[in-house]
Amino acid sequence: MLGKTLAAAQIALLVLGVGNSALAAQPIKIGALFAVTGPASFLGEPERNTAQMVVAEINRAGGIKGQMLELIVYDTQGDATKAVQAANRLIKEDRVVAIIGPSTTGDTMAVIPLVEKEQIPLISCAAGIKITEPLKKWVFKTAQNDSLAVAKIYERLVRQKISRVAILTVSDSFGSSGREQLKAQAARFGIQIETDDTYGPKDTDMTAQLTRIRGSQAQALICWGTNPGPAVIARNAKQLGLKLPLYMSHGVSSKKFIELAGDAAEGITLPSGRVLVAELLPESDRQKKSLLGFVKDYQRHYNKEGDHFGGHAWDAVMLLKGAIERGADTPATIREQLEKSRGFAGIGGIFNFSPQDHAGLASDAFVLVEIKNRDWLLVK
Amino acid sequence: MKREVVKFIIFAALVMLAPLPLKQSYLLNVLVFVGINTLLAVALNLLLGFAGQISLGHAAFFGMGAYLSGILTANFGLNPWLIIVLAAVTVGGLAFVLGFPILKLKGHYLAMATLGFGIIFYIVFNETIGLTGGPSGLPGIPNLAIGSLTFDNDLKNYYLIWGVTLLTILLCVNLAHSRIGRALRAIHDSEVAARVMGVNVRLLKVQIFALSAAISAVAGSLYAHTMTFISPTSFGFNFSVELVTMVIIGGLGSIYGSFLGAALLTLLPELLRAFRDYDIIAYGALLVFMTIFMPGGLVRGIPDLMLFLWSRLTGKRGGNAQTG
Repeated sequence: MLGKTLAAAQIALLVLGVGNSALAAQPIKIGALFAVTGPASFLGEPERNTAQMVVAEINRAGGIKGQMLELIVYDTQGDATKAVQAANRLIKEDRVVAIIGPSTTGDTMAVIPLVEKEQIPLISCAAGIKITEPLKKWVFKTAQNDSLAVAKIYERLVRQKISRVAILTVSDSFGSSGREQLKAQAARFGIQIETDDTYGPKDTDMTAQLTRIRGSQAQALICWGTNPGPAVIARNAKQLGLKLPLYMSHGVSSKKFIELAGDAAEGITLPSGRVLVAELLPESDRQKKSLLGFVKDYQRHYNKEGDHFGGHAWDAVMLLKGAIERGADTPATIREQLEKSRGFAGIGGIFNFSPQDHAGLASDAFVLVEIKNRDWLLVK
Repeated sequence: MKREVVKFIIFAALVMLAPLPLKQSYLLNVLVFVGINTLLAVALNLLLGFAGQISLGHAAFFGMGAYLSGILTANFGLNPWLIIVLAAVTVGGLAFVLGFPILKLKGHYLAMATLGFGIIFYIVFNETIGLTGGPSGLPGIPNLAIGSLTFDNDLKNYYLIWGVTLLTILLCVNLAHSRIGRALRAIHDSEVAARVMGVNVRLLKVQIFALSAAISAVAGSLYAHTMTFISPTSFGFNFSVELVTMVIIGGLGSIYGSFLGAALLTLLPELLRAFRDYDIIAYGALLVFMTIFMPGGLVRGIPDLMLFLWSRLTGKRGGNAQTG
């Protein structure tokens, strides 16, 4: 309750702040589309919070070269139709110079034809590989490709000489993208998929799938989903006495998962952005400064831990800030400058955009973490 | 009948002139979606308002039209216009076959059955990844075109979609005033009485179900070609409920009421953006308010409200104005 009140107060402050600055000088208008409500709100809410926080911090420090930012956020509810309507409004009514988001691959794919036609740069916070491949002139993204997370798990399995796995994925866009990558990359790592099961986003019992997996030849179980499904799987696996090592996706890389799964979370390994283990990183890590700044700010603003997903919005706003600092002020020049972003150490990784690459991340964007004593442990 | 013709001409003229003051505004884009939703609401109203049969699965027909058009034009490069006709016939035919067992049910059971097939098709859109692209959607659907005229902006799409919607409204108004329309209303009031009067209740219900599904499929095809991208989230259970809400808020059994309901539910979220994070609460409160104070829907509620306000203002007969 207190958290909600604080958040409301934050928003009210932000509204007032934006109102004041609008009087002072022409602010730079940035649009944002996030799935704040609906099934993808676990992405949209932290992203919205983070974007508002970063913009407030930038304005508090005097804006970008004296110019304030104005952030206009619309909720897509994870619905493609609403995303397109909101994007239309941002472009034609609010006349923004760039758009951050949407949160999901589906919403992003829906607004791409529009931003390409209207020539407005879009920095998506969704992970789907289809967003930037094939390359689209006006479209960038900050979320790491799922393929990188899959590769991280498979590398570990190979090191541990495990070659037979069971996969259990959720039947939504996050799970189906993971499933596609798990299947596509298996051969490259010499891994054989023994069983390939799915579960519904709202299922509350996965014993049936797990029993089937127990009877198979699998030596490890990889589960791809977002809260709360994977927590149910962890608990069910423990109840069934399943001895297989359990791997999860970056979809559960937040404290919430440990809370939900309780003791059953012990020993689970998952790929994650570095944000979870910011404190544990060596001083030499180039991202450490950004990561600690993000975690500290989020804690101060919202009294909660900043997560991996909020980081996508942080990166998007900061990349835009960089482009505007380098002198860009129209959609066309912002796009040009975004494309020239090199060596930007953000939350998701080190970004290097180029005319051929609008995703900009290398395979080291993920680290593997293990859950020990209800906390994260960096796997070397 | 003459009054109906006048009404339609006035409505059509207003629709045709609406884009003039809007030009490049984003509202034009919203009005394109109002057109699609009106088409859907009118189709559902045939079933719900006239024949009195509920369907909580109409988003599935809408989705089938969209996916048939999307898949066959984007992946197989077939002629889009041909596919629209094909989609309408296929979906209508499917509804005709499904209609026989489903429409035997009444009340809650009918609601359950239609809800069931709505959810089944939603799962199919999600799971047949090779065909539909699954949850991350199907991109690359071409815009419709006649010769060198491509419907690639809001203004062109507005006239395309509203053209189809107006034709459908004309068809439905005509239907409502025909022998079939009267038979449907008889079914609505009492199936037994209708049967006694010599109406083939079972066949007529199935026929109107199929027609309603076919119109929804056309709406789906138009939606796919306008958006050039589709994903299953647009065709879920929520959207089915939204359609039922449009018909009820607009006014059961009134064609223009369906337009009012569709326009309100499509425009309201845009108008409520001023409330920022609390827009959903305002949205819900407004809907509750309208169902309580305008049970006959907007089509009856708005004139009543005006009469009420008028009588208050002029001080005449202030006490006994009806708001029902």
